[in-house]
Amino acid sequence: MTDVPSPQGWVRSEDAPRLPAPPNTTGPVGWMLTNLFSSPMNSVLTILGASFVIWIAWGVIDWALIRGVFTGEDREACVAVPNSGACWPYVWAKFHQFVYGFYPFDQRWRVNICFIVGAVTLATMAMPSLPYKKWNALFLLVVYPLMTFVLLTGGNLNLSSATIYFITGALLFSALVVPIAAFGIEEGIQRNKLALILAGIAVAIWLVSLFVSMPEINAFGGFISVATLINLLLLTAAAVLSIGHRASTRDIAARSALLGWVGAVSAIIAVLVLVTADFGLVQVETQQWGGLLVTLVVAVTGIVAALPLGILLALGRRSKMVVVRLFSIVFIEVWRGVPLITVLFMASIMLPLFLPEGTNFDKLLRALVGTALFSAAYMAETVRGGLQAIPRGQYEAAQALGLSYWRMMNLIVLPQALKIVIPGIVNAFISLFKDTTLVLIIGLFDLLGIINASFSDPKWVSPQTGTTGYFVAALMFWVFCFAMSRYSLFMERRLATGHKRRGI
Amino acid sequence: MAQASAQRVEKNEAGEVAIQLLGVNKWYGEFHVLRDINLSVDRGERIVICGPSGSGKSTLIRCINRLEEHQSGQIIVDGNELTNDLKRIDEVRREVGMVFQHFNLFPHLTVLENCTLAPIWVRKMSKADAEAAAMKYLTRVKIPEQANKYPGQLSGGQQQRVAIARSLCMNPKIMLFDEPTSALDPEMIKEVLEVMVDLAQSGMTMICVTHEMGFARQVANRVIFMDQGQIIEQNSPVEFFNNPKSERTKLFLSQILH
Ligand SMILES: Nc1ncnc2c1ncn2[C@@H]1O[C@H](COP(=O)(O)OP(=O)(O)OP(=O)(O)O)[C@@H](O)[C@H]1O
Ligand SMILES: [Mg+2]
Repeated sequence: MTDVPSPQGWVRSEDAPRLPAPPNTTGPVGWMLTNLFSSPMNSVLTILGASFVIWIAWGVIDWALIRGVFTGEDREACVAVPNSGACWPYVWAKFHQFVYGFYPFDQRWRVNICFIVGAVTLATMAMPSLPYKKWNALFLLVVYPLMTFVLLTGGNLNLSSATIYFITGALLFSALVVPIAAFGIEEGIQRNKLALILAGIAVAIWLVSLFVSMPEINAFGGFISVATLINLLLLTAAAVLSIGHRASTRDIAARSALLGWVGAVSAIIAVLVLVTADFGLVQVETQQWGGLLVTLVVAVTGIVAALPLGILLALGRRSKMVVVRLFSIVFIEVWRGVPLITVLFMASIMLPLFLPEGTNFDKLLRALVGTALFSAAYMAETVRGGLQAIPRGQYEAAQALGLSYWRMMNLIVLPQALKIVIPGIVNAFISLFKDTTLVLIIGLFDLLGIINASFSDPKWVSPQTGTTGYFVAALMFWVFCFAMSRYSLFMERRLATGHKRRGI
Repeated sequence: MAQASAQRVEKNEAGEVAIQLLGVNKWYGEFHVLRDINLSVDRGERIVICGPSGSGKSTLIRCINRLEEHQSGQIIVDGNELTNDLKRIDEVRREVGMVFQHFNLFPHLTVLENCTLAPIWVRKMSKADAEAAAMKYLTRVKIPEQANKYPGQLSGGQQQRVAIARSLCMNPKIMLFDEPTSALDPEMIKEVLEVMVDLAQSGMTMICVTHEMGFARQVANRVIFMDQGQIIEQNSPVEFFNNPKSERTKLFLSQILH
């Protein structure tokens, strides 16, 4: 028995008993009472909402399943039944086309391998509990793209001599970075003045040669323009100068810079060898690709390229270096100010103008570059939002510990900033995925495009063909986008519990 | 480049002088925050800086590890003059630890990871060595048992002690403290001050911006009073508190000592 407490000098003599929660607050009934029918207004809304959902769901079920036609050989099956619903035989017949486009029938195993390997490695990557994340990521980002490229196109790439000269020039040019990486910007430039001047002349000649046609001479088993020849000689000299006395030095920074460059160049050459090698696969032109294949290729490339580019642009926009900042701002604002359709048109018409003559550039590749850069600009702004949320104290603490800019960003700032903007990043991915439908404009047949095109097949013309086709398109897009959305929620919750656990 | 030859001059005296500021001036836009600061700190010396809010105390010690740039004068830390030369700035930051008012721990890393990050990435220590060192310093600040928690799970006083341990893990020659206790509740101030006293007694060169006058009396070799961007008065703690010379110092002391 507890006494009635008097205001002062009262001490509890017995603990109050622990009682079960009152009925109807736990269990499914309790949940419904507290969440759906807690007040008259709430009850009315619940009933209205439920009726609406049931009405819609019934409509879909009635059309797709109850009145739907499931078997048949051609349009007759769907036309014969009066007041029929979805025309499923059309979907069965065309489904392969929805997935592969016009990819040659006997070569579709190549696409399947890419799909399966991609799905498996992506799934193992996405599950946080599985080990070997580093190797998995390496495979997904390096090996898988190469493998996909070779498998889907057939590899055996035929580089025009102009392209080969261009790549050689670029690789030689990149040697200029070695002294800068070894000795820092100022000293690197000081020590390597002559090479820089030679390379500068080469760049100038290249720019001029874009607008002025140069005489050509016969060399290397073909015709080569004088400008190119001079450029290659100049760049070779520059590269030799840049690497030259660095090779003999014992300075560790210089050595590792040199080794890093050699490694990078070898990797690029290895990639070139791989994509030009003949694996005995039949060539499949990208014009023959289509359907889900094109949708996935465009979306995945866009997504994979957009994030790192977007991060670099976001960092650039906040950089103290005026040139870098200006470039980032202009890049972001130009791409964001232009509709994606315009970008795609420009990519198919304007891009070739900036490249050396004779470089033939695949239409799909152009669309890929366009969408990647376009989504990078959006991604940059999303990431910048996250960067802005990181307090200045975090930067200062990192600097005070002596971390360099890139270490500070990689280890301290980006992990926190990206975590904050996961919803925004996934949002951008989802919208990019759906925007891939716009490649139809430049004559590529993505999932929606190929479904659209199949309507004109006289074998399957029926009143329900269009509706059924669009229904399937919507369903397939929805499945992918919904999966991304759920995964982002999952990651968010996983990382957020981390945050809550930390009480911040 | 004109000063390039002067950069290493002080190295000869490096045995004696840890930090030297010569005629340092700094402006924020039109506002003159630091006015003709001259200060020399010997190795092992412990300096307390105090002064009214906005007098430029934080700005001054942030200039010492180049979190802020000064516009004229020379700052020489451990024989390195601070200029735009990034290599030299890195060198200085490796040797100078800093503790902030708001701790600035990295919330996405555990206490242990906070402590091992810089030794691993900047000092290139192996992970095992860095962790051993971190545990040593966490023990020294009396929280080894919190090593695997995240900063957000710790009290303010514990967080600040982690921040001190994090700096110590870099094995710095000089420690800077910017009001390390002023964001803390009274009962936590004591635990942080104890750690700082311990550090002072180990012979660390320290510059502390603080209004903890008990701490100043106990460990400081010198107390510096700043007002409006200038050093107004500096003296031994006994003289400074018992016998302040300038009117401004007297006014300030009367305000904080009641
Ligand atoms: N980034 C900045 N831009 C412009 N003015 C600044 C900036 N940082 C500080 N100031 C100004 O410089 C002056 C000195 O600031 P500082 O932070 O050094 O003062 P403080 O002595 O540390 O004060 P407190 O005791 O409040 O921390 C203040 O008037 C402040 O408003
Ligand atoms: Mg301050």
